[in-house]
Amino acid sequence: MEHYYMNLTLKVWRQKNSKSKGSFETYHVKNISSEMSFLEMLDVLNETLIQEGKDPIVFDHDCREGICGSCSMFINGQAHGPWKQNTVCQLHMRAYKDGDTIVVEPWRSKAFPVIKDLMVDRAAFDRIIQSGGYVSVNTGNSQDANSLPINKKNADESFDAASCIGCGACVATCKNGSAMLFVGAKISQLALLPQGEPERKSRALKMVAQMDKEGFGNCTNTYACEAECPKGISVAYIARMNREFIGSGLTTEE
Amino acid sequence: MAVATYFCTTKINTIIAIMTWNQFFTSSIGKKFTMALTGIFLVLFLIIHAGINSSIFLNDNGETFTTLGHFMSHNWIVRFLEIGLFAGLIMHIIQGLVLWKQNRSARPIPYYNKQDRGSTWYSRSMGILGTLLLIFLVIHISHFFVGTKIALYSGDQPHSLYNEMKEVFSHWWIVAIYLGGIIALFWHLLHGFQSAWQTLGLNNKKYITIIKVIGIGYTVIICTLFALMPLAMYFKWIE
Amino acid sequence: MSLDAKIPPGEMKDKWDYYKGHVNLVNPANKRKLEVIVIGTGLAGASAAAALGELGYKVKAFCFQDSPRRAHSIAAQGGINAAKNYQNDGDSVFRLFYDTVKGGDYRAREGNVYRLAQVSGAIIDQCVAQGVPFAREYGGLLSNRSFGGTQVQRTFYAAGQTGQQLLLGAYSALERQVSLGNVLMYSRHEMLDIVVIDGKTRGIIARNLVSGELERHFGHAVLLCSGGYGNVFYLSTNAMGSNVTAAWKAHKKGAYFANPCFTQIHPTCIPVSGDHQSKLTLMSESLRNDGRIWVPKDQSDARSPNDIPEEERDYFLERRYPAFGNLVPRDVASRAAKERCDAGFGVGTTKMAVYLDFEDAIKRYGRIEAGKTGDHTEDDSIIGLGKSVVKEKYGNLFEMYEKITGENPYELPMRIYPAVHYTMGGLWVDYELQTTVPGLYSLGEANFSDHGANRLGASALMQGLADGYFVIPYTLGNFLSEEIRVQAIPLEHPAFEDAENKVSARLHRLMDIKGTQTVESFHKRLGKIMWDKCGMARNEAGLQSAIEEIRLLKAEFWSDLKIPGDIKEMNPELDKAGRVADFIELGELMCIDALHRKESCGGHFREESQTEDGEAKRDDGSYAYVAAWNLQEEGNWELHKEQLKFEIVKPTQRSYK
Ligand SMILES: Cc1cc2nc3c(=O)[nH]c(=O)nc-3n(C[C@H](O)[C@H](O)[C@H](O)COP(=O)(O)OP(=O)(O)OC[C@H]3O[C@@H](n4cnc5c(N)ncnc54)[C@H](O)[C@@H]3O)c2cc1C
Ligand code: HEM
Ligand code: HEM
Ligand code: SF4
Ligand code: F3S
Ligand code: FES
Repeated sequence: MEHYYMNLTLKVWRQKNSKSKGSFETYHVKNISSEMSFLEMLDVLNETLIQEGKDPIVFDHDCREGICGSCSMFINGQAHGPWKQNTVCQLHMRAYKDGDTIVVEPWRSKAFPVIKDLMVDRAAFDRIIQSGGYVSVNTGNSQDANSLPINKKNADESFDAASCIGCGACVATCKNGSAMLFVGAKISQLALLPQGEPERKSRALKMVAQMDKEGFGNCTNTYACEAECPKGISVAYIARMNREFIGSGLTTEE
Repeated sequence: MAVATYFCTTKINTIIAIMTWNQFFTSSIGKKFTMALTGIFLVLFLIIHAGINSSIFLNDNGETFTTLGHFMSHNWIVRFLEIGLFAGLIMHIIQGLVLWKQNRSARPIPYYNKQDRGSTWYSRSMGILGTLLLIFLVIHISHFFVGTKIALYSGDQPHSLYNEMKEVFSHWWIVAIYLGGIIALFWHLLHGFQSAWQTLGLNNKKYITIIKVIGIGYTVIICTLFALMPLAMYFKWIE
Repeated sequence: MSLDAKIPPGEMKDKWDYYKGHVNLVNPANKRKLEVIVIGTGLAGASAAAALGELGYKVKAFCFQDSPRRAHSIAAQGGINAAKNYQNDGDSVFRLFYDTVKGGDYRAREGNVYRLAQVSGAIIDQCVAQGVPFAREYGGLLSNRSFGGTQVQRTFYAAGQTGQQLLLGAYSALERQVSLGNVLMYSRHEMLDIVVIDGKTRGIIARNLVSGELERHFGHAVLLCSGGYGNVFYLSTNAMGSNVTAAWKAHKKGAYFANPCFTQIHPTCIPVSGDHQSKLTLMSESLRNDGRIWVPKDQSDARSPNDIPEEERDYFLERRYPAFGNLVPRDVASRAAKERCDAGFGVGTTKMAVYLDFEDAIKRYGRIEAGKTGDHTEDDSIIGLGKSVVKEKYGNLFEMYEKITGENPYELPMRIYPAVHYTMGGLWVDYELQTTVPGLYSLGEANFSDHGANRLGASALMQGLADGYFVIPYTLGNFLSEEIRVQAIPLEHPAFEDAENKVSARLHRLMDIKGTQTVESFHKRLGKIMWDKCGMARNEAGLQSAIEEIRLLKAEFWSDLKIPGDIKEMNPELDKAGRVADFIELGELMCIDALHRKESCGGHFREESQTEDGEAKRDDGSYAYVAAWNLQEEGNWELHKEQLKFEIVKPTQRSYK
């Protein structure tokens, strides 16, 4: 891979805290190596900001290998930037060329209020899981793992749904700010497994109810979420959630 | 010493897993469910509507069309279905507009420059397309439906819809409005048809292609038929 | 003080049963009155908090990320071991126990390891019951693979995302307890001190990272499940936020720190590409099952790897270790790669990398696939078939490699280099996982654990979950049964007051330095000292100079650090400064520990202690003990030894020749 250096203009959203109004600031970074990751480029910028006595840009990040789901930035109009099935922390600067201007914003959603700069509060996702994203099994209650054979196709599909990293890019991308890809993935993961069966109906109802409470928008099947999801979670899981919910809603007695 | 409340989730989950009808239909997916059902209902209506209207292409000076129309307007089952149709249409419209508004409020601050990978423009514009359709329908119904009904209940001469149609479609600007409405319908259906099945949960690898193909076929055929009607009359392809 | 591990009496296989049969219990009504604080929500912390919540204790759990699901356990790729013997290939509790003690180069405590092997099976049962989607065979039963050079297939996995799936299982159990009101979850909170009252741990001081406020929390006991400290090297495969702070604060309050110098360097990581590098990425160990490691025979060979003919390649692992070849344990493989690079045979722009080549595997799999259809030609079509097999096995890793390096590993061999990955050392704990401070427990990677001087692949996940789900629910009760009469201590108690004041004073001290250098620059310098002198190979002179350098660095840090912003607001630079300050102190102790241990064992390689052909040489006569350090005053530690008795697995020199 050819290695090159570039100078860039960055327009970054700065917001002191959840109460203040934010705005864009423009920065210039020089001599950025094409081998850096996007976050390393921001590290370089932050080091200069600190040296200049300014506040560095705050953003969520931890694993920097695309699995923890912390990192969350809207870059030039796309969640996690231009690469497909990718998180910001895995985006590398060879995606850009000398002279480019890059606009960086936080996830924008009523349900994800900004905490500072590019960092948002995604606790709504945790509360949705609290409402039913589990199998109610206490520690030590379980039988031998192989006493329950599971059709490989279902197991694989369940795994695909379970690979969601909870980053919120789906919400950030969806024109309606809908969380249905995230919720659909969790409901599907458990609906596809026999372990999830006993609570299947109530889980779908409770999780959707909590999702509605959090202020996410409603899916209108535009499928942009699937295209931007770093794990490529399929919108077929939204359909499965709808099926689970409608089935449960119509068949549970009052 | 501050007490931690900010990120601490103290709330005990009180949602019970039982759904009243009210809870069902006011939930996000319940609303989608209504949209999809009424949407599919409208899709079915358009098959009949386009089917009957196509009889004008027989070029028999509207005879078949009038007979069919007479049957439709005097059969009580059809009358009953008509009420259902309007109820469905109104539900579809209200629910659609409510959703549109709610969804817009889920993102109070817009993005600086949002790109749209993976979604089509028309899937993102269902609300606008629907509003265009609404405008079209108001005009359309004031043209045909209202007149027919007045004639029906005032016991006058059986109203000749065929002639009225000819009269209406003799103005180029009305034809233009109709074509506009049909274009809006085209895009609304192109997304709406398969979207309704996704909403009902029927999206898996096996069916999705079939549904998509049927959806495109349906949309193209229905819209072409409708588009030809005003054109044929304006350009006098049929007498 | 002599260190008593409190190993229960009886035969090895009966000890845990004996313990469970004799331990004191807390009755359900009393559990509701007892409060437990859990620091960390990785596999160890989340499983412990969930299990204790289920039992009815009042639990408060803390993590510094925005959600408990983001703990670094999420990043584990390869798998989790369990002695299930589902493959009928001769595995057993004893064999897992034996492999772990041997793999740890005879520096682990037999009693703990045996218990770990005993409960390993129940972990898999529990995870499956939670809906963790492990890989399965067509018959619907669980699939296993072999990992880390063991002779049996005992590793359970979920593609290359095992840690993620296990953590999401534990996280869901935790969130269930949150919804039931048994656990209060405090995300974006960092523990900055423990509070000790009358000799027992009774709470913590935490900082709300969003508001910057300090908070006091009471607990009848505190569990530290705060993960490993590999980031002391600056560059490691750990997450950016992984730190030693929680453990270090406990250490400063009297918890001994055991075997700090035992660090695992993982052989297959993506090499450093430049000064900007902020972390390193692991390429799963499973790649060594199919990849061959080599360097050019000629130092000055500048050709593209594909143009270097077979005879001019040095497959150095296969050459040095014909019996195990590319599958030698991690410590051995890492040192061999370093040896080649130090000798000038490294590849890539930095010359600090070796090739991991899949060409042979692609051809081999291609031929097998072609053979299935009766096709025995030798042409490009088999390459295509082979690539698709390799893609199915390692696709996500290959993709990750390509994203980072921009090179296609299906066409060009990967470049890899060892990187810091895991820390075997940690807080000293006894059989009950209790530290030397009563009421303070440590679980998971944060304790000095069951892995001795070297951890086997797929054993950390097992240990974290064993500690949290199946050990602490029993052992904690033994302590808490004595505490049922202790009322919740008011947060106005002078001990809380005092602890909070000290934490606050330190934060102010950091902010008030107002120097010129950033936290990051100090961290980088610390990392370089540690990597150069306390990394893969260590020697007396190097360690001594490292200690000197670290002391100077520490002085410079405390006089020239620059932190922007304020205390009472979200301020990641301040958070980082606190962590780096602790890393600096830890670094010194690691060097002291490495210096005192004059033998080579596991991940600790002392150049003075090697065989003629450069292999590690243990000294069981002098060093068969756990080195537990007690901090006397800043920069001055006292060594306590816990002698290790090997009743069952008799130490021998490991050989992979
Ligand atoms: C890349 C990678 C791959 C790995 N692959 C494998 C594998 O295949 N198999 C295997 O067995 N092992 C593997 N390991 C090792 C294994 O993942 C870890 O050892 C294990 O997950 C550690 O779990 P833990 O619960 O102890 O800590 P962690 O998961 O690191 O959790 C630490 C927790 O403590 C919290 N915390 C830390 N400090 C504070 C503080 N001061 N205040 C409040 N909270 C705090 C954090 O927020 C976090 O929740 C891998 C490790 C890495 C880095
Ligand atoms: C361009 C071609 C069209 C023609 C010639 C046409 C003609 C008519 C006529 C003659 C009627 C009155 C029928 C009656 O009262 O019994 C009618 C009613 C109606 N049309 Fe159309 N129409 C066209 C397109 C459309 C489209 C595109 C829609 C919907 C999107 C539509 C929706 C309706 C509705 C809802 C009614 C009233 C319901 C009913 O009475 O059955 N029409 N149309
Ligand atoms: C007259 C005014 C109309 C308005 C305001 C309107 C509005 C909307 C809106 C906003 C949606 C998006 C909801 C979603 O995708 O989930 C929608 C969906 C849909 N509409 Fe309409 N619409 C109108 C007329 C029609 C007509 C005449 C038809 C049929 C012929 C129709 C068929 C559909 C279908 C099938 C869907 C998809 C339902 C789904 O996604 O589940 N609509 N409509
Ligand atoms: S569904 Fe995809 S985009 Fe949404 S939270 Fe999960 S991983 Fe992120
Ligand atoms: S982008 Fe939004 S509209 Fe639905 S399909 Fe995805 S949630
Ligand atoms: S930092 Fe973990 S996914 Fe990006």
